[in-house]
Order: sequence, then C-alpha cells, then structure tokens
Amino acid sequence: MNPFAYTQPQDVGTALVALAAPGARAVAGGTNLLDLMKAGVMAPSGLVDINALAGAGLDAIAEDGAGMRLGALARNADTAYHPLVRERYPLLSVAILAGASPQLRNMATNGGNLLQRTRCVYFYDTGAPCNKREPGTGCPAKAGINRQLAILGTSERCIATHPSDMCVALRALDATVHVRAANGERAIPIADFHRLPGDTPDIDNTLEPGELVTHITLPDGRRFARHSAYVKVRDRLSYAFALVSVAAALDLAEDGTIRAARIALGGVAHKPWRVEDAEERLVGHRAGELAFAAAADRILHGARGRGQNDFKIPLAHNAIVQALTNAMRGGAR
Amino acid sequence: MDACPHYPIRLHINGEERAFAVESWVTLLDLLRERAGLMGTKKGCDHGQCGACTVLLDGRRINACLTLAVMQNGHAVTTIEGLADGDRLHPLQQAFIDHDAFQCGYCTPGQICSAAGLAAEGQAKTLDDVRELMSGNLCRCGAYLQIARAVCAVQGIAIPGPESA
Repeated sequence: MNPFAYTQPQDVGTALVALAAPGARAVAGGTNLLDLMKAGVMAPSGLVDINALAGAGLDAIAEDGAGMRLGALARNADTAYHPLVRERYPLLSVAILAGASPQLRNMATNGGNLLQRTRCVYFYDTGAPCNKREPGTGCPAKAGINRQLAILGTSERCIATHPSDMCVALRALDATVHVRAANGERAIPIADFHRLPGDTPDIDNTLEPGELVTHITLPDGRRFARHSAYVKVRDRLSYAFALVSVAAALDLAEDGTIRAARIALGGVAHKPWRVEDAEERLVGHRAGELAFAAAADRILHGARGRGQNDFKIPLAHNAIVQALTNAMRGGAR
Repeated sequence: MDACPHYPIRLHINGEERAFAVESWVTLLDLLRERAGLMGTKKGCDHGQCGACTVLLDGRRINACLTLAVMQNGHAVTTIEGLADGDRLHPLQQAFIDHDAFQCGYCTPGQICSAAGLAAEGQAKTLDDVRELMSGNLCRCGAYLQIARAVCAVQGIAIPGPESA
C-alpha cells in the first residue's frame, strides 16, 4: 500500500472539509478500497475514516413513511437482517445476502457497496493496459479474458461490469441516493447514480469529488413485497460474483394479471441494467412463461458478447424467466 | 509530510488492553501477527477471499486483512488465542477435534472464529444455512463436511441422515 495520511473526523462538516482535499478518499468498511490499494490500483494520498459519523445517525436504518431510509454507514449485514427491511423489501434482503461472505457483509457499508469498483482482471492488473484505471491505455478485455464482463451498454473503451448485488435490488426498487458536499445536498435517482462507460470509463458514477453519500431512501414497495425474487447465477454455489443476476418484482392481481413489474439485471453491464419499456409491456398480461420470455427478449435487445461471455446472453434470458417465475410463486419471502 | 507518521492506538485484544504506534497502512492482520505476537490468525490470500484471517471485532466476525489497525482504535478484538477458557477448550475447538474438522489446520483458526461469529449472529437453523454462512472460509484440504458437522453439533442443528440427504 502507498503511504497515506489518516484522519478520523468526528462530525460531518469536518469530514466534508477533509474529503474536499485533492487525493482524499472516504473509507468506511474498507473491504474494496483497501484491497484496491494493496493491488496498487488506487493510491489516495489521504484516507478519511468516516466511521465516527455513525454517531451523527449515518448508520441508522429507519422507517420513512411507507418507505425506508438506509444509512450509508449501516453495514450490509445489518441492513439485510433488519426486520423492517425483510418485511418491506425482501428482495433487497436476499440480494445483499447473495453477495460476498458473512465477514465482508459485517464490514461493508451501504454507501461503500454503491461505490464498489469492477472486478475486471485487467483493472486489477497494474501491468496491463486499462482505460478505467489509466485512461487512454486501451482495453485488452475486449479480445481477452472477458467471461465475467458486460454484454449490454458497453463501449469500445470498456466492457467492465458493476459487481454489486445490492445495487441490482436498489435499481428494481427505485431507490434514491442522497449525497452531501460542503456547499449543499442533492438526491440522485439510482438510475442516474451509476453510469455507462462511454468515452470516460474511469468515471464509475455521478458522485462528484468532495461529495459524501449520507443515505439511501426507498419508496413504498409493499405492492411488490409478496412477489419478488433474486436469482444469481455464478460459478460456485456461494461467495462468488454474479455471471448474471436478476432482481424481479411483480404486483399481481387476484387472477394473475400483471399490474406492475420491475426487472433489473446484474453482471451484464457497467451499471444495474433495467429496461422500463419491457416492464410496461407486461402490464395487463397474465403472468407466465410466455410473457416473461417476451420481456427477456426486449431487455436483452442489442446484447453483444465478446467471445468468452457470449453464453451470458442465453443465460440472462433464462435467468430473467426464472426470476419472474420465482417472483410469481412468492420467491423472496 | 513526515515520511511515515505513527498513530498511537489502543486495542482490547483477547481481554487485554494493549497500546501500539502504527503506520496508517498496517492492517489489523499484520498488527496481530507481527506486533502483538499472536500468530494464530493466519494470512491466506490477504484479499478477503479465503477467510483465514477471520477474527471477532466487538464480537462480530470480520476479515482482519481488509481493515486497518488504526481504524480499530478503542475496539475489542478476539482471536483464536482468546477463545479457550484457560486449558478448557472453547466448545467449537472441542467440536473440531471430535469431528475431525481439519487436515493441515491452516484455515482452522479462521473457521473457528467464523463459526463463533455465526453462532452470535443466530441466523443459521439448518445444515444448508451453516454451509452458506460458512462460505467465507475456504478449506483447500476439503474438510467442509466435517467442519459443517462440527458447527452444527455446537449449534444443536440436526444433520439429516443419509436416507434424507
């Protein structure tokens, strides 16, 4: 690890001043950032340990009207096992528990999970070119080791995926990310928080330098709580990143007619992938394989493999149908 | 800037308060092994992928390789050395012996600390739960079956017989 200065501010104002310094990074759980620093992929000149801000309520998990508010410093495990999260957003609970290991979930925070970086092997290999790590050096993944990488929303500069499970559920549940800087606060819909690589794959998300994620809010999701499911396909049964994952939620009428649907995919793009048009077309149709397969076709329109990851296209299709079928049957509960 | 400033910290390790002065980049794992003289906690991958460095931080299991010692100032750490009560083994230690739950033993301190964390979390109700919730600890000898049985024995979880397996 590179030498760096360490500070542990005791209040949000002091933390925001420290984070405004060039080269400063916030650290909370540290499970991704410290690993990237060991690999030499990231080398901040200062780490601002924000864990003391838990005292200011940044670790709170609380009811927010019919929705919920999840503190940025709340640990992934505490979020997933929170009784009200389980009751109102079983999809979020099972998605978090599908990720990482119990040890990592005990450390990793909700804010840090949003800011996770790709696990593309070229990004981690400082001896290889990588446009995300060093803009302009190239992307060997396109014709190289790309079995884990993206099939949707890629650019010629980058085919990395976002590795989170939690964020896939947050996307399906229409979460909002709340951030604060020295000069004010703003709320970013989860759809706009992560971005596609385009010509600037070095930028993962729309968080500005000096901004701190304070909390995540979730709107009323009770209509989906009875019919939601998370399907994660990976190389081993547990503790592996998704090849493809699908968060699916349905609001069904008594006779099985779809009143509303939410479908988000992980492991396939630079951000959680969602095609709202495909969801709207499900409305009014009877829940079942025919409708689900049509939605899968629409979601995967334009998908492109790069060789090793070609299999992800049919895999994602099947995973979408499976997740919607599980949701229909009462999945995450 | 001072080339490598040292940060004074205090940790409660296995019930004993200890003081250190550490560089910012020293992980909790390296502090335990190289500065606290506690070699029981193992360094496997040093990337949070194997679980060999699992310790309890304020009673919760974590990977000691992925946190900085300076970040844990004032907190309580329990390592494998702190689980036994004098010469009386912790029930998990005894169960690992009774169930032959190791071969080379390198992953064992992490496995046992992880199982202690699992017990405190109270989420495991079945053998499948134990397998899932112990998945952060790799055993390259492949003693998983015996490890899961040892953990289940201490947790009072019934192991399905061969006819129902």
